[in-house]
Amino acid sequence: MSEKMLESGSGQPEAVQRPVVEVLRAENLVKRFETVTAVDGASFSVYRGEIFGFLGPNGAGKTTTINLLTGLARPTSGNMYLEGQTYTARPKQAQGQMGVVPDESNLYDELSGFENLSFCAALYGIGKAERRERARALLEQFGLDEAGTRPFRTYSKGMKRKLTIAAGIIHQPKILFLDEPTTGIDVASARQIRSLIVELNRRGTTVFLTTHYIEEAERLCHRIAFIVGGRLVRIGSLEELMKEHQQETVLELAVEQPGEDQGGTELAGSLRRRFPGYTVHRPDESHFRLVSDSSIELLPLLVAAAEAGAEVTEARLIRPTLEEVFVRVTGIESGLMKQEREGKKK
Amino acid sequence: MSGWTAFRAIVAKDMRTYYLKPPNISWGLIFPFAWMLMFYLRSRTPLDIRELLPGVVAMSILFGTTSMLAVTITFERRSRSFERLLLAPIELSLLMLAKTGGAIVFGMLNAFVPILVAAFVVDLSGTIWPAVVGSILLIAATSTFLGLFISVAVHEVFEAQTFSNFFRFPMLFLCGLFIPVSALPVFLRPLSFLLPLTYGVDILKAAINREGILPLWVSFPVLLLFAAGLFLFSLRNIRRKWVL
Repeated sequence: MSEKMLESGSGQPEAVQRPVVEVLRAENLVKRFETVTAVDGASFSVYRGEIFGFLGPNGAGKTTTINLLTGLARPTSGNMYLEGQTYTARPKQAQGQMGVVPDESNLYDELSGFENLSFCAALYGIGKAERRERARALLEQFGLDEAGTRPFRTYSKGMKRKLTIAAGIIHQPKILFLDEPTTGIDVASARQIRSLIVELNRRGTTVFLTTHYIEEAERLCHRIAFIVGGRLVRIGSLEELMKEHQQETVLELAVEQPGEDQGGTELAGSLRRRFPGYTVHRPDESHFRLVSDSSIELLPLLVAAAEAGAEVTEARLIRPTLEEVFVRVTGIESGLMKQEREGKKK
Repeated sequence: MSGWTAFRAIVAKDMRTYYLKPPNISWGLIFPFAWMLMFYLRSRTPLDIRELLPGVVAMSILFGTTSMLAVTITFERRSRSFERLLLAPIELSLLMLAKTGGAIVFGMLNAFVPILVAAFVVDLSGTIWPAVVGSILLIAATSTFLGLFISVAVHEVFEAQTFSNFFRFPMLFLCGLFIPVSALPVFLRPLSFLLPLTYGVDILKAAINREGILPLWVSFPVLLLFAAGLFLFSLRNIRRKWVL
């Protein structure tokens, strides 16, 4: 088991450095279905106490990866390790240490919330008294204690998803797999579930999460892997992913100017002439964006603007968002991901 | 030990949520009762009931188990709750024994309805009860495993029902339930001996009426082999088709 220091990226989970242990490792994992390669040489580690995110569009290989790691599918090649022990050939050995929450709630409609949790605990060999105690505690923790005696089929989608997460952790797994946990539920329930994930993680649960939602990955995950067409194209903490795309400096100026035909156009031309090392964009009437490989000095720009008869009302350094980084790395427009998830909601 | 906790929980859940539901009780218990009553009304002497009993018992088990198991497993596969079982740390063989256990018990309960009804109207003394119970158990097991075989082959619940009937109705005529195998056309007889129910019915006939055409020491092992073969073949198919 390798040890390293883990630093959270987003600040939503605890933004502290802490020593961590490798819980799960995938080594060159490949899954082929006849002519389609669903997962193509995925290698990564998940460390104890972190939320590790798989971010990618529909069909990227996120669910197939979870199926491989949890024993619902067999890899064509590659190896998987749980706490340093390989379980590729015998996934049953590892399944007792894993919790899985699929993208659709798959508990039993006829059973109550309490009975569902108790049944799921029994599947992991937990004795009657212990499983009843755990079920009660989880219902309370997830705010479902009042609905605990009602049949699962009477629950709202958000409640169903919460109970499915509770069922995934009732046996206290070493790692919890969450497949698209907030897809297809309303905004309020999605917020609750995100808070729940953060809370579970604060209590020590290691989470492997797949999502379409760039903002969700940004807010929840300590480290993120971009997956496209079955290939992992980048892995890192939010900070590491951002850093790669902060080689250039981008400065945005908000400008008030007398008239478009005089001030604005003249200022753009003037900036280009006086600062040939900068690339000058004009995203809208009142803004200029300057891009440079090195740092940008503000004072000469203010002078140039004043000479052109314009007043700079605001100047700010632009940092790339995760969405921009994702688009640059994967070449996939974030709008496409949005369309896909809207389609999935319907 | 942990595997058996799961085993008991799965059997108990299935019995409660599927088999002991009012529609299934009516199908599994009233249906054989109605068949028995129908035969009773049309029979001329009490002796006829005793002759018909092995066929009615076998039919009750066959109808009570095959489609029930095929439908419940296909339904759980469709709703993805079956994935929950596949993800549990239980060996697949034990898991499938648990899933089929409820259906086997249900099939056996079905079998005793016509026997109880018959006991009120005819003298069943002289019946070899250990052989009757043994054959009921093995018929229930083979019929359930046939349901398992069907559930692995289909995707939709309606397909499971249709496919079950594809097997069940020919078996009513080919396995000696109401038409003796010896009365079948010669070219159909080999087909009869390829079907497990033939051996189960033959044991029942031997145990109740001393009319079996095969010795018990042949029928029991053959039926046991059919049960084991169907179960192992289904397990192999599950590993190939459901754990991709």
